This record gives sequence, C-alpha cells and structure tokens, in this order.
Amino acid sequence: MARILSMRQALSEAFIQAMEADPTVIMMGEDIAGGQGAAGERDAWGGDLGITKGLIGRFGEERVLDTPISETAFIGAAVGAATAGLRPIVELMFVDFIGVCFDQLLNQAAKFRYMFGGKTMTPLVVRTQYGAGFRAGAQHSQSLYSLFAHIPGLKCVIPSSAYDAKGLMIAAVRDDDPVVFFEHKVMYDSIRDEVPERPYAIPFGEANVVREGDDVTIVAIGRMVHLAREAAVALAREGIECELIDPRTISPLDEDTILDSVRRTGRLVVVDEDYPRCGMAADIAALAAEKAFPSLKGPIMKVTPPHTPVPFAPALEDLYLPNPERIAAAVRKTLT
Amino acid sequence: MSGAAIHAAIHAIVMPKWGMAMDQGTVTAWLAAEGSSVATGQEIVEIESAKAAAAVEAKVAGVLRRVAEVGAVLPVGGLVGVIAESGASDQAVADYIAAHKDEIAATGAEQGPVPRLIEVGGRRLNCLDVGAGGEAVLLVHGFGGDLRGWGLVHDLLAGALRVVAFDLPGHGGSDPELGEGTPAALAALVPELATALGLKRVHLVGHSLGGAVAIAAAAAAGPGLIASLTLIASAGLGAEIDGGYIAGFLAAKRRRDLKEVVERLFADPAFVTGAMIEDILRMRRMDGVDEALRRLAARCFPDGRQAEFGLRAAFLGLPQPSQVIWGADDRIIPAAHVAGLAKATVLAGAGHMVQIERADEVARLILELARS
Repeated sequence: MARILSMRQALSEAFIQAMEADPTVIMMGEDIAGGQGAAGERDAWGGDLGITKGLIGRFGEERVLDTPISETAFIGAAVGAATAGLRPIVELMFVDFIGVCFDQLLNQAAKFRYMFGGKTMTPLVVRTQYGAGFRAGAQHSQSLYSLFAHIPGLKCVIPSSAYDAKGLMIAAVRDDDPVVFFEHKVMYDSIRDEVPERPYAIPFGEANVVREGDDVTIVAIGRMVHLAREAAVALAREGIECELIDPRTISPLDEDTILDSVRRTGRLVVVDEDYPRCGMAADIAALAAEKAFPSLKGPIMKVTPPHTPVPFAPALEDLYLPNPERIAAAVRKTLT
Repeated sequence: MSGAAIHAAIHAIVMPKWGMAMDQGTVTAWLAAEGSSVATGQEIVEIESAKAAAAVEAKVAGVLRRVAEVGAVLPVGGLVGVIAESGASDQAVADYIAAHKDEIAATGAEQGPVPRLIEVGGRRLNCLDVGAGGEAVLLVHGFGGDLRGWGLVHDLLAGALRVVAFDLPGHGGSDPELGEGTPAALAALVPELATALGLKRVHLVGHSLGGAVAIAAAAAAGPGLIASLTLIASAGLGAEIDGGYIAGFLAAKRRRDLKEVVERLFADPAFVTGAMIEDILRMRRMDGVDEALRRLAARCFPDGRQAEFGLRAAFLGLPQPSQVIWGADDRIIPAAHVAGLAKATVLAGAGHMVQIERADEVARLILELARS
C-alpha cells in the first residue's frame, strides 16, 4: 500500500491522471515535449529538469506542445486556450521570467471572470520553478510568489511534500480559475514521502499542520517547511514545542488555522524564502498582529533572506538562505 | 507526517515495526546481494518477529549495502542496511553506516505486514492478512473508518489465529465504488473475500456499521462459513444513532472541525491524535470517497436514524454462537441496544471505539467465542 514517491514522480503521476481523466487538459512549454518536430529528438528533455518526460509518448503531439522560446506568446496562448474550453498546464520554466508575460496573467487571466460578470472561466495552470540553492544565479533563483499572491484573481500554490504536490496539482487542474503552481528546483528528487496511487485533490486554502506544539507557532512556506521542521526537532530537545503550519496555498490563505494556533501559543515565527519587502512573511505577521494581538506574548519574528538579489557565489548563497539555526534563534527570541 | 530530509542520497533500511507489540526482529535472510543494484519495491531482506515473517521491500532504487548479518536480532528502528542512490560516494556511505549503526531510528514505526489489494467482485479491496490456515477472524470496520482502526486488536489476535481485516468500498485503500450501499449489499463481499483468501471457517467481527454488515453476512452465508459472530457497538440492533455525528463527520473539512467530531467516538478524547485526523482527511480527499460516504450515510442512517433492515430479528434468529460488546459511554449508538440480547458485555469507561479503548478485553472476548 504505502508507496514512497519523489515530488518529481508525484507530479508526473498527477499530470498523467489529470490528462487521462479529462481530454481538454493539455501541456505547453519550452522543451517539455523535448524537440518536438526535430527528427530524432522527441522527448529528449521533458522540460529543463525532466519533469514532463514521457508525456508526449503517452498523450501525443496534440496534447503535449513544445513552444517557441517566447513566454510573451505562449503564456498568452495558454490564457486564450483556457478561455476557449481547454485546461492548459503551461510551464513558465523559471518564475524569474515572469516579466515578459505578466500582463497576460495579472491584467488578463486574473480579471476575465470579474470583468465578464462570471460568464468566462480561465481554467489555467501555470507551473513554474522557483527557489535558491541550485547555484543558478540571481536571474534563475528567485521565489517571487508574493507578486502573484498580491493579485486578486490568481491562486497561488506552493507544495512542500510529494503527497501535497500530487493532490494540489490535481486540484489546480480541476480549478476553474488561473492557478500559479510553484515547484522548488531542489525538492524534485530530495523530497520523498507516501503518495496514494489513486487520484485525490487537496482543497485550496487548507493549511497542513505538519507538527503540533503549544509553545510557538511557525508558519513556513514551500522548501522552508523542511528547514523549519529541522529547527522544531532541535528545539523539542530543549523542551520547546513548536506548531509548524504549512499554508500549502498562499492565495487563498488559510487564516483560521494560523490564527487559531497563534491564539493558543501566543508566539509566531514566519519563515519565507521570498524577498522580505511586501512579502508573505510580512503579510502573515500583519495578519497575526491585527487579528490575534491580545494573544501575543512576544515579538512576531520573520526569517527571510536579506533584501538583495540571490548571490551566485556558493558561500554567499548558503548564507543568504534561511537555515534551521536562524529559525531556532528566531523561535527563542519570541520566548524572551 | 510526510516529508524527508533534503539531499537524502543514502536511505536507511531499519527494523520494521509490525504492530504495537513488536519491539525487535531477527534478520532471517538477505534476498539481494551486497553491493547489488535494487529497484524500488524489490524484496531485499527477510525479517521475522515473534508473530510474523515477511520480506522488506526497497523504498527507493540504489545500491544495497548490508549492515546486519543473518541471525542478527535488532530492536525496532535498528539499522539493517542502507540503499545508496547514485551519486553517493563510498566514503559517504561508510560514514553514514558508522554514524547510524548503533542508533535506533526515531521513526522505527514502519508499517507491516503491509496490507494488499485483493480483487473481489470486480473491485479491489485493501486487506491486511496475518497468519495462515483456513480458519480466521475477519474484522469489518464501521462508517468512515478503515482497517487501521483495529490496531491493537488485530495484533493481539494475530498470535492465536489467522486475522484478516479489510477496508469496505469507499474506505481506506479500497476502491471507491460502493454499489448499493446497504448492509446486505456490503455483506455479499464477505463470502467472496473468503473465497479469494481461501478462508473456510470465519469468525466474523463487526464494529458499528460493520456490525450490521456482519449480521447480514452471517444470515446470508449461514454457519457453514460463518462460525461465530462478535458485534461491537453495532448498528442494526435499534433505531437510535447520533445523526449529528454522521452529519458532522461528512461536513467537517478542516482538521480542527473533524477533530471535534471524531472525539465524540471516544470516552476519553486523548485517543484522538493528529495522525488519526490526518489519515481520515487523506482518505476523504480520494476521488469518489466523499460521494460513497454520503450515499452510505443516506442509505443506512437517513434523517438521523438507523434505517430498518430487519437486522435485529435476523441476529436473534442466527444459529451461530454470537456475542455483543459495547462501551457504556457510547455517544454514537446507545449501549441500551444490548437489552434483551443473551450474551452481552458492556464495558465501563469506554465509548464507541471499544476496540481501541479496550483492545485487550475485546481481543480476549473475540478469542473466547472463537474457541468455544
């Protein structure tokens, strides 16, 4: 029964089950079919990190489409296809490239349902890779999900486990609104956990309580969930019990689960890999300050990178990212 | 909880924990050669506990390095071997083994013997089958539950008899296709499952809705197959049921709401763990499960009452030896339903989940009846 899958395998299974269940689901992106149309190169890559490998063989060239290297064009095409009855899963290779296609998402896809009085749906999934620690430099290492959470009309999903990746991807494909789905580059193979074989969907806006505790609430996003868990395990040895909450989707955000926990513990640490200014860490800290103020027993702490581009020098990149020690130090600070 | 360490290129194979009572196991055979490449799911080592023997499968693909010798007795969680993924250096593997050889993995709770899917009547049922022989105890769980709810009872019985637990359709790891959703329709699975597993003589045990299924199965199959019947906090013996529980269980989407509902199953809410709630949520997210549960509830518990299937009369007319066990503090189905039944045990201080709250007593009563 118990099957351990990597996040890569879990996502692949989600794509296959979603495409088998619904013939309107198509995939688009750079190299996702791997040299489609070029003799001898079919399925050479499966996307830059091979996440979609094998899909063209299973679903064919009509449903798995290589696109030109023009996000401006193909993200727009995917938005159009979504409004015309398909359910595209389109890959924006790295979220860092959003600049050339942001209008298509922020001012078109996100607005259609609203502007047309509910008469149009845009069931689009934009898959994108994010995150530092991959030695990929400042232009291929950003998180940037706060940009999307800022925009009403876009849903924003950030899985931290293989189980969540599959269930959230299936939910994203079934959703009638545009969803931006964030996949961390270093988690595809290193994250492995139990994943059921049958299809299942995890509803958006339902946080996961990764670990229960009564002393301090930690809210962590994406890859930071794993670093926060390490910190929580270390702190438990000192007798400090942390409740670790993974929002899973930052838009919609499960405010209730966060606030219930903060009201009980009276202490909050938010761990976020995105830039600190106008980010989710600040947003969640403000949420607790506004709605759970009487319960707070200590300062709300944020653990984020500094407000700088992601460094390319490995030593600096390691220093840039939050780590379990910094998270544990922040937890202790809420207790003093 | 799910999740794994980042950059985990070396994976420990640890002594599994097969049930609550197992605290150590013996390595009886290696099934894959030292240094060989193993595939995910490949059987790599055979382990024997006091009550079971089974092969442990590789959870990942990689190169096997044996740590424990054949004959070694290790505590649960002790390091049996490692699987190194490609990219892990020999030195890294040696360092890992040196560092972990004498420590006991904190997560020694590997599950096993593992349930497996059995094809029954065109759908797959998830079964946990421990022991051998044609005579077995067959455990049928209740509404919204699954075979894991038998926990310690399964374990306690396994030393004495073959024990089989299965997930009803729409529950646990079984296929979601419920069929008609009446006790009689579900009861038809029992003889089919018995045939599929080679069971000739079945001591049937049903909890809650599973009790109603068990009565229907015993009445239909007769004493040739069903040798005895134990009902625990059973449906089918009266009209009352806490309709609020059924509605609340179906409506609760969030962890906290579900926890409040599930706590009503127990006299002592401390039995409800975060893992138990997570398991229920995971089950309910599976395609088809919510629909199946709603249909089952509508058929068996309409309007906050138990539907009348004539099961009490059927139970009273059964030729097989039978008994009823109830928790005195059951808030779901009242213990008063035992009134007028010949052999009934009402346990003080227990709620609806008697088999969890008083596992030792329940296991003892099941065995007593099976051996009478």
